[in-house]
Amino acid sequence: MASIRTIRRRIRGIKNIVKITRAMEMVAASKMRRAQERSLAARPYAEKIEQVVADLAALPESGLHPLLQRRPVERMTVVYITPDRGLCGGLNANLNRRIASFLAEQAGQKVPVSVISVGRKGRDFVARCGVNVCAFFTRIGDKPSLIDTLPISRMVIDEYENNVVDVVYLAYSQFVSTAVQRPVVRQLLPVQPARIPKAQNVDYIYEPDAFEVLGALLPRYVEREVYEAILESIASEQSARMVAMRNATENGNELIQELTMLYNKARQESITKELLDIVGGAAALS
Amino acid sequence: MATIRVEVVAVERVVYADDVDAVIAPGVGGQLGILPHHAPLMTALTAGELRIKKGGEEEVLVVSGGFLEVRPDKVIVLADAAERAEEIDIARAEEAKRRAEQRLAEHAADVDTARNEAALRRAIARLAVAERVKTRRRL
Repeated sequence: MASIRTIRRRIRGIKNIVKITRAMEMVAASKMRRAQERSLAARPYAEKIEQVVADLAALPESGLHPLLQRRPVERMTVVYITPDRGLCGGLNANLNRRIASFLAEQAGQKVPVSVISVGRKGRDFVARCGVNVCAFFTRIGDKPSLIDTLPISRMVIDEYENNVVDVVYLAYSQFVSTAVQRPVVRQLLPVQPARIPKAQNVDYIYEPDAFEVLGALLPRYVEREVYEAILESIASEQSARMVAMRNATENGNELIQELTMLYNKARQESITKELLDIVGGAAALS
Repeated sequence: MATIRVEVVAVERVVYADDVDAVIAPGVGGQLGILPHHAPLMTALTAGELRIKKGGEEEVLVVSGGFLEVRPDKVIVLADAAERAEEIDIARAEEAKRRAEQRLAEHAADVDTARNEAALRRAIARLAVAERVKTRRRL
């Protein structure tokens, strides 16, 4: 049986760990709330630009725009968005599993894939898999503004327009709820306009003309998609961490309880033993 | 008098939303004024000031490019970045202007000339709006 001293030491150690996990839980909870607010604040713009792109893409001349044009797929890029840090439950493992199966699928089709990774965890994983990482971005932080994400979207758009790649996917963790984060892979380029039924059948006057408006609009659409994916990824990370840290705190407290019980039992036993020794000694003297 | 609903939406937030009398926006083809019952229109915007008139008062916003959509029921401005005049960070705008000018002077035929020119236009628009609002307040 463990000695009283070692038990006491373990209890103290676990108490310290619980303090840390509890603090991390609270930090993650507040960061999550802020990330969700940002996602929500970005929603009005998202809805409107989607509507407009859908309207414009329905026009006959829209098919000519490079960002809408489908090309035979000879090379592809995946923008893989992950957290920079761990300690967030199964989030990173789930993401990595999803991207691994996606990459395996593409390898079966003999399409060369390169990865642009955003976030340290994903970069490390993809590099270990031996996939070509053509760029990586880290330290995006917990509250990026659109401007912080522009280098990523600009790079993707440039590569696509210069025919370096023929299709671009976006892989990230979708924030479903505090308890559920779903890894998703979806196509970013060529742009697939949402099939929103035309809200009102109005004939717009386009200035200077429809094609130029579309040309200016599409890069923004892509930029916004990347920004939104990053926001979702941050919300996912924080909520996953919050849940993981809550579980850790609960487990720690349970352990402390068990150990305290063990400690008390050991203490009592040693007292009883000493008492018996004294009683025995006294009996021997008389 | 008829009013028109205006929503100025930047990527990160809704900057302005109200029922107003008129909107004057910096379109790529020149300034354009939108009154209630305007025909549906869709245009790109350049960096400049977006003036919104409401009951004799005028609110000035600065946009650094974006789109303006006039629908039968409302006007939507999808701005790359939009700020109300009082939110403008003058020191930052001045710094940006200086930087853009310097870069333009250094690389006359750089590939990024267009981007630098756009940055310069944005900075100038910000400063102009901030300046105008300041002088008006002093009067």
